[in-house]
Amino acid sequence: MALRQCAIYGKGGIGKSTTTQNLVAALAEAGKKVMIVGCDPKSDSTRLILHAKAQNTIMQLASEAGSVEDLELEDVLKMGYAGIKCVESGGPEPGVGCAGRGVITSINFLEEEGAYDEDLDFVFYDVLGDVVCGGFAMPIRENKAQEIYIVVSGEMMAMYAANNIAKGIVKYANSGSVRLAGLICNSRNTARETELIEALADKLGTHMIHFIPRDNEVQRAEIRRMTVIEYNPESKQADEYRTLAQEMNENKNLVIPTPITMDELEDLMMEFGILEEEDESIVGKTAAEESLVSATA
Amino acid sequence: MSQEVEDIRPSYPLFQDEDYKENLANKKALFEECHSREKIDETFEWTTTREYKELNFQREALTINPAKACQPLGAVLCALGFEKTLPYVHGSQGCAAYFRTYFNRHFKEPISCVSDSMTENSAVFGGQKNMFAGLENAKALYKPDMIAVSSTCMAEVIGDDLNAFINNARKDGRVPEEYPIPFAHTPSFAGSHVTGWDNMFEGIARYFTLNYMDDKEPGKNGKINVVPGFETYLGNFRVIKRMLGEMGVDYSFLSDPEEVLDTPADGEFRMYAGGTTLEEVKDAPNAFDTLLLQQWQLKKTEKFVRTTWKHSAPKINIPMGVEWTDEFLMKVSEITGKPIPASLEKERGRLVDMMTDSHAWLHGKRYALWGDPDFVMGMTKFLLELGAEPIHILSHNANKRWAKAMKEILGASPFGRNSQVYIGKDLWHMRSLVFTDKPDFMIGNSYGKFIQRDTLAKGREHEVPLLRIGFPIFDRHHLHRDTTLGYEGAMHILKTLVNAVLERLDEDTMGMGTTDYNFDLIR
Repeated sequence: MALRQCAIYGKGGIGKSTTTQNLVAALAEAGKKVMIVGCDPKSDSTRLILHAKAQNTIMQLASEAGSVEDLELEDVLKMGYAGIKCVESGGPEPGVGCAGRGVITSINFLEEEGAYDEDLDFVFYDVLGDVVCGGFAMPIRENKAQEIYIVVSGEMMAMYAANNIAKGIVKYANSGSVRLAGLICNSRNTARETELIEALADKLGTHMIHFIPRDNEVQRAEIRRMTVIEYNPESKQADEYRTLAQEMNENKNLVIPTPITMDELEDLMMEFGILEEEDESIVGKTAAEESLVSATA
Repeated sequence: MSQEVEDIRPSYPLFQDEDYKENLANKKALFEECHSREKIDETFEWTTTREYKELNFQREALTINPAKACQPLGAVLCALGFEKTLPYVHGSQGCAAYFRTYFNRHFKEPISCVSDSMTENSAVFGGQKNMFAGLENAKALYKPDMIAVSSTCMAEVIGDDLNAFINNARKDGRVPEEYPIPFAHTPSFAGSHVTGWDNMFEGIARYFTLNYMDDKEPGKNGKINVVPGFETYLGNFRVIKRMLGEMGVDYSFLSDPEEVLDTPADGEFRMYAGGTTLEEVKDAPNAFDTLLLQQWQLKKTEKFVRTTWKHSAPKINIPMGVEWTDEFLMKVSEITGKPIPASLEKERGRLVDMMTDSHAWLHGKRYALWGDPDFVMGMTKFLLELGAEPIHILSHNANKRWAKAMKEILGASPFGRNSQVYIGKDLWHMRSLVFTDKPDFMIGNSYGKFIQRDTLAKGREHEVPLLRIGFPIFDRHHLHRDTTLGYEGAMHILKTLVNAVLERLDEDTMGMGTTDYNFDLIR
């Protein structure tokens, strides 16, 4: 099977890293050879696989060694649960430097050093929530990730983010081979969440590949720095990730997304009662003005 | 104080006049808050000591006088070697201006190269708009057959995706769908000019061949490919062609700026001249094999040629000196089945004759040298063949594997016993080396002249003359026309080396009644 490269995007804090690692663990459990490339200066994309606090990152090791050219692949590539290969690109402290460039440097390094070997079935890029500059789009450049999955929930901001990411994909998809491969709903137990995300997926021209219910088993595994697949393979949640893995493995639904306008998105949210109808008459009115209006009425 | 129209003098000797001397002395005394002469002399002396050398080599965060340039410079040179090709720099104007002046000063030729003028806005919104307008304008104005795009620091830090931008420009109708626009990401803050050359070449090879390999077969066109790498000696293009011509070998020189960097003054400006044709690039996979003249700097090209073109790209050393020119010619002969002709054997014999004629003067002479990895390795090899001792060997842009290979070469010769190899070091390190363990000569680019000045300042007996072989050479004219490769190149280098020894000896023995007992007519 040819190597499939997938990038996981989504709003910050939505559970990208947790979902990715559980998904990857499920794929590895099913015998797939997988590599995770963490593209986030927080460097928390591999801790559940490695049982580590944080892996030594490419950029951290490069700055210790002097330059990235002084690094060897085995310095940065670690093996974790079920033979999963783990790399963290790393980056600067908040407020300084350029994390986006760190992603570019790291992926170039991995390519030049032959990290993408022929045995691999999947590479997953776990990317910082907000695609703030060109560097964070590195994983979806030509000949890199062709499948993009967006982790989303039924919350308003998560859906805004998903739509924005779809806009970003269009820029690259029109001239290249990168495609939106589906939405993964990581449930926040909001009302009619499944229907809402399915409706959003429909508008974006894609599908909801799986709905992952909320389960505290994930947190229990996480404090042990493990995936659910490893911590409690018998649990119901482990099966959810296995289903996701299977769906993904068989996924052929790759599209150029059709992002929607803000108005359309708001309409959709109103339809599902997440957003209230706006009352134009109160825009810009102070409390004093409003009480005056109600007193005279 | 003022200049006479009939007698315009440059700063030297003008500033020797009394009024200028006084003026400059006043400026120094009244405005410059300069340290005392004693303090300056004391500090200067300290910078020439072993103690200072130790400190200098502990330097971590600072580079002083780098012996390398940046990636896009190499990419521009590579692009200039293709027929009717316009080098295009995706970045700020200053970057393109730097590449142009750098080559202007070395080649004394106009250099055509454009930028898409990225500004503050482009840094915020990305440079796609610049790329759209840039490609469209460059094509309309300068009518190239190909635009070769490289990138600069700014574009790389904000993560501009050249592939996507160029394809979007096609989609947007700015440039035709099939118009050749190869590209290479060449961040200036990584690698050096030689990496940039390698990246651009790979980009061009990729554009013209990657998706067109079905009807290609090694050996089909009966040629061999020659890839020079970052090469600035015009004579080197000519000598390789001449040798292959004498062997009766059909070849494609892949990137050949020999013409465009040497256009005649006949009243016609040639923006483009000569160069590898695009047909030749497309046909390149059909050659028997590809010879990389500078293997240490062509790693990406080597990989591409091997995996895509299915050529062996045999490991050969840069053809400098006797043995490595032999190796090159024998490899060509092996690949093509053409014998090495008598004319080249005779040329080789002449070189060996010259070497024996001069060997008494060069034996045991000590050299410091620097430059790009392949050049430095080839020069080292030839010095060893001459019985000279390369003692301080520095390549700023070489890697550890190169250093290891260098040590093996040096270890195999008695003349390499006192040699030290330095990678990632700059010319301020070289200055310390030259002061603390004096060689007879330095071999390197023009920037070495400041080391020579400093060594002379310490005293005539400390002076180390610079022999200008390398890149860039800004302060001597036409040296870029010379040859350093092949037997011919070895002859030229030999001539330069031995006559420098003899000139120096004349200077030393010219003292009338003091040293002229050795001021001989015959050397």
